[in-house]
Amino acid sequence: MKISFALNGRPRTVDVEPATLVSELLRENLNLTGTHVGCDTSQCGACVVLFNGEAVKSCTLLAPMLDGGTLTTIEGLSGPSGSNALHPMQQAFHENHGLQCGFCTPGMVMTAVASTAKNPAPTEAEVRHGLEGNICRCTGYQNIVASVLAGAAAMNAPAIGE
Amino acid sequence: MRSFALHRPSTLYETSALLGGVADSMPLAGGMTLLPTIKQRLAAPAALIDLSKIPQMSGISFKDDVLTIGAMTRHVDVAESELVRSKIPLLASLAAGIGDPAVRNRGTIGGSVANNDPSADYPAAVLALDAIVVTDRREIAADAFFRGLFETALEPGEIIIALRFPVPSAGGYAKFKSPASRYAVVGVCAVKKAGKVRVAVTGAGPGVFRVGAMEAALEGSFTPAAIAAIRVSPENLSSDIHADAEYRAHLVTVMAKKAIAAALQTL
Repeated sequence: MKISFALNGRPRTVDVEPATLVSELLRENLNLTGTHVGCDTSQCGACVVLFNGEAVKSCTLLAPMLDGGTLTTIEGLSGPSGSNALHPMQQAFHENHGLQCGFCTPGMVMTAVASTAKNPAPTEAEVRHGLEGNICRCTGYQNIVASVLAGAAAMNAPAIGE
Repeated sequence: MRSFALHRPSTLYETSALLGGVADSMPLAGGMTLLPTIKQRLAAPAALIDLSKIPQMSGISFKDDVLTIGAMTRHVDVAESELVRSKIPLLASLAAGIGDPAVRNRGTIGGSVANNDPSADYPAAVLALDAIVVTDRREIAADAFFRGLFETALEPGEIIIALRFPVPSAGGYAKFKSPASRYAVVGVCAVKKAGKVRVAVTGAGPGVFRVGAMEAALEGSFTPAAIAAIRVSPENLSSDIHADAEYRAHLVTVMAKKAIAAALQTL
């Protein structure tokens, strides 16, 4: 079936089988492999993307549901087209050593961006509650939480020059 | 994933016709249980009937002391609804504790109630609040709806349209959650309305159930102390890697006391 949606700010129309998962569409058809599939059982959160601005697990969403909506993946976060500038949340993960192997990172960052949009100044407890659906097996979460707190602050700071 | 056809009807009439007419079809709500179930090959429908495009199945309204929540209303929408928070705060806090943010952004109240997972949160609230389950065919009282492990009064092809919750005078929900899944190892919902008390337990056994001894004691005195000595029998409770039946029986009393304490905050 044919579906049309905005992918990282650009209109896309693709033909998909009804049983296609969004994670499959992204990685196998559209070559957007930044979205990782960790467990494929909707538990680990590595595959989180933003659907209409909200965090969803792309391994548990049928691609036909995208029709008419907007989808943002980790590839769509970094700077205006042409620039390589990291998103403030990505920069915060970089600066706070919020990753080790990096496998869970795309999902962590997308979840953090969505939760910050809803709650611009979260407490540490709120950050931890917000990350309950994202599993990291390297870091012990300490630096991820620090990254999200720093990233939220950076997302709300006025841009340089403003 | 194993292939299936997908239908996306926009009216109830069309939906009922598809569910009745398409062989091996299943209704799809938020998909937070059904899609993983299909992936594990525990279900193999030939067709899914998506319920997300039917306008009258979403939304929250309040009239005549009854809060009505459309079956396709997502957990996040219940959790963040000012109407739910002001009329039945236990429902908002229950919804905020389901799964994780990504699950709450897709999962629906109707899907959870229709699935009747023995560890799901909503069945306890539906039963304790004495809600009415409104389907495309009839209205079903909560006491007649839940029938044990993943079993409900729903007939083949019958779908939930909405849930009607009478506003209680006090109510609370407390769960001991699995730290990995946030499912209820034991969850207890306690509700007081017009002198009557209903206590419903999820997670502990093969299906949600009421505890008559606690209800009677709480009608005398609606305090945690009134039920502190009441123990449910572990005989028919579940044992698994998370907790054995003895421990679950113990947790029922502990969580019931916490639910009453939470309910007293809403008085």
